[in-house]
This record gives sequence, C-alpha cells and structure tokens, in this order.
Amino acid sequence: MKIEFTLNNEKCTMNVDASKRLLDLLRDDLGMSSVKEGCGEGECGACVVLVDGRAMNSCMLPAGSIIGKSVITLESFKHTDRYKAIERGFLKAGSVQCGFCTPGFIISTESLLNQNPNPTDEEIKEGLSGNLCRCTGYNMIIKGVRFAMEIGSGLW
Amino acid sequence: MVDGIRPENLKEALDILSKQECVVMAGGTDLMVQRARGFALAPDFGKPLLFIEHLNELKKIYVEGNDIHIGACAILTDIMENEVVPSIFKDMIGQMASPPTRNMATIAGNICNASPAGDTLPYLYAVDAKVKLESMDSTRVLKVSEFILSPKKTCLRSDELLTDIIIPNKEFGLNYYRKVGQRKGMSLTKISLLGMADVSDGRILDTRITLGSVAAGIVRSQEAEKYMIGKSVDEIKHTIETIVEKYESLIRPIDDARSTAIYRKKTSLRLIKDFLEKIV
Repeated sequence: MKIEFTLNNEKCTMNVDASKRLLDLLRDDLGMSSVKEGCGEGECGACVVLVDGRAMNSCMLPAGSIIGKSVITLESFKHTDRYKAIERGFLKAGSVQCGFCTPGFIISTESLLNQNPNPTDEEIKEGLSGNLCRCTGYNMIIKGVRFAMEIGSGLW
Repeated sequence: MVDGIRPENLKEALDILSKQECVVMAGGTDLMVQRARGFALAPDFGKPLLFIEHLNELKKIYVEGNDIHIGACAILTDIMENEVVPSIFKDMIGQMASPPTRNMATIAGNICNASPAGDTLPYLYAVDAKVKLESMDSTRVLKVSEFILSPKKTCLRSDELLTDIIIPNKEFGLNYYRKVGQRKGMSLTKISLLGMADVSDGRILDTRITLGSVAAGIVRSQEAEKYMIGKSVDEIKHTIETIVEKYESLIRPIDDARSTAIYRKKTSLRLIKDFLEKIV
C-alpha cells in the first residue's frame, strides 16, 4: 500500500504492508530509534509517538492509518523549547534511570501538558498511566513533570 | 504483502465491502494485537484491510430527538470529552486502557470485538443501546445485546459496516460503577458492575444492573429489575438477599489468566449487594 505522511515535519512517501506496525516502520525503515518496543501490545507506552498532536501507541497503529497524518518522535521534538523544559525537569528530579521508557514518558508528558498545562498530581498520574517504568518508580517522574511545568511555564 | 484500501467516504467503503471481503480496520488496538506476529513482522490478516478510521462522517456525536448518536469511529477520548454523553458512561470509558490507547480505540471496535470484558458493554446493555448496520442495499438497527451472539461473535455480515451507536438521552439519578482489575490504570476487567437507579419519594422508578466479565456475555436480569421497580426502598432493604439470589445462576465465570471463577462469583455477588445497599 502506498502511504504518504509527515514524519518530523518532513514529507514521507513509502510502499509498505498496510498492516505494518508504525513502530516497525519508524525503527526499521526510517531509523527513528527513540521509539522503543517494550510489550508490543499497548500496555507499556515505550513506543508512544505523537500523531496529529495526540499520543498514540505506535505498536498498535497500522501503516495504512497514518496516511495524511503528522507523526512526531523525539528525533524532532528534542529541538523544541518544550522538550528542553521537560529534559531539565526530568534531570532535576532524577526521573531517568535506564532510560528505555523515557522517550515514551516525554511524549506522554508533552501530550498531557498540551491538553492541560496545569495538571494536579492526580491528573499527571492519569496522563502518564499508559507508560510503565521498572527502574525509578513513578514519584520521581511525577516530580519531573512538575519541575518541567515550572521551568517551561508559559510554553504550553 | 497485506493490501490496504482507503475509501474517501462511507458510500465508497460500503461499495468495496459489497464486492470483496475485507477486514475492517478502525483504531487497531484489538486487531493489531490479536494478529501480531512479533518484531518487525506485519500482522497477517489474510484479507485486504479496509481503513475507515479517517472517515469524519463516522465520528459525529450528537443528540437527535430522545437519542444520543455516537459515530462508530468516535475514539474513546472524544466520547469522554463530549458534553452530550451521560456522565456515568464517560466515567466508565475513563477507566479503560490509557490515554494513548483511548486516543486510538473506537467505540465500534469495542462492540465488534465482542469480548465479555469489553468495558463499554455493561452500559450499552443496561440502556438497551442499538447499533446501525449499513450495507449497499440494506440498513438494520439492532440492540447491542442482539448484535453480539457469543464471545468474539457478532451477526455483522461481511458486506455490512457498523456505522452508528444509538443510546437513550437519559441520566439516572443514582449511578454506581466498579471495575475490578489488577491495578487502577491500563488493566483488563476481572469483574465489572454497573448499577443505575431512579428513586423518587422512596420508591424505585427504574433500575438497571449489568455485569461484565463474569459469564459468556454481559449479565443482565430483566426479572430482577422488574421485581425491584415499583418497590419502596424499605421493601428493597428487606429483600436484598432475594434480589442477589436472582443473579446467582446467571453469573457463570471462568478461570483465566486474569482471575478465578470463585473470586469472580463471590465478588460480583458482593458488588450487587453493595449497589443495593447504596440505593437504600
């Protein structure tokens, strides 16, 4: 199936299996290695990317569904001021240990703050409930989001 | 290579379905996992995929007359955020999966997946929601409880598309929903209970009780509901055990990876009792 979409603000045209997972398309065909495969069934959030500004699990998204859409991964998001605020917040709180889950957490944080710039702790937990971390525990990550909100105040 | 077809509109989608068998793909959150073949291998469907997720005419949520219409491809996030949707239904949807999955999953997908653990179903069964099934030359409107035949089986024909979900525009005065899972976020249901009631002047005007994940289908007892309607709160108070007993034979759970039959049975009976105690 011929698909056309925007990846990190650049046009992409490819011929692929219609059912190919966006996750595999991004990692294997397009070299976007920030997108991780954890569980492969939508439980862990390591593969979360932004599709038209909304966080989605790329392991469950067939290639045919992204036609005409804009996909953003950390490879381009890392150049934004919002990313820099999240990065500094996560560093300050010690939100990263092994780092495997981190790209997914960052994308979910962006998606959350984009919809709700001033979430309560409960809303942060809900917003990040699709991401699993097996190293730090979640308190440091929630704190990281709080710091990001302060550092990046006005960006969302 | 797995082929994909992307129709421009509903009519074109129905035309394609009238000519060839396809697997209809909306959000993908069930199908892509069920047909997964692991790392780097495209899930195998054996038929072309018909993509419908982008069709805006299937995403509308609106009130018409006494009904609320929810388009088949409305994603869970949009249903949760829509003001015309009854609040208890929104609460239930808010407990499904996680934000990234709710940004993809559609309501029709949850219905067509026909799992006894489908979390929209207890509500849809309780309010006698209907589905609209369209093909090139026919339109059928069925109750969701008629549409789902058994686990994983519906009466959808290969030339038909589920296009619309119709629910009554009504809120109950008392709403109770408990989803029992392994943890709060991102969990599949072990047992769920939805209880709704309208109580006025100490009398039950209407009540609905449905349970998910505790039998081959959603459990609802018209007999128990009829027994309760018209009774005073006081009468209910003294017949709680009798009412719970009416559900005893309907709750036929299984042992599986998520829970055991014994736990499911005991807990669901306790949840019914808890709901009844909330009424009185």
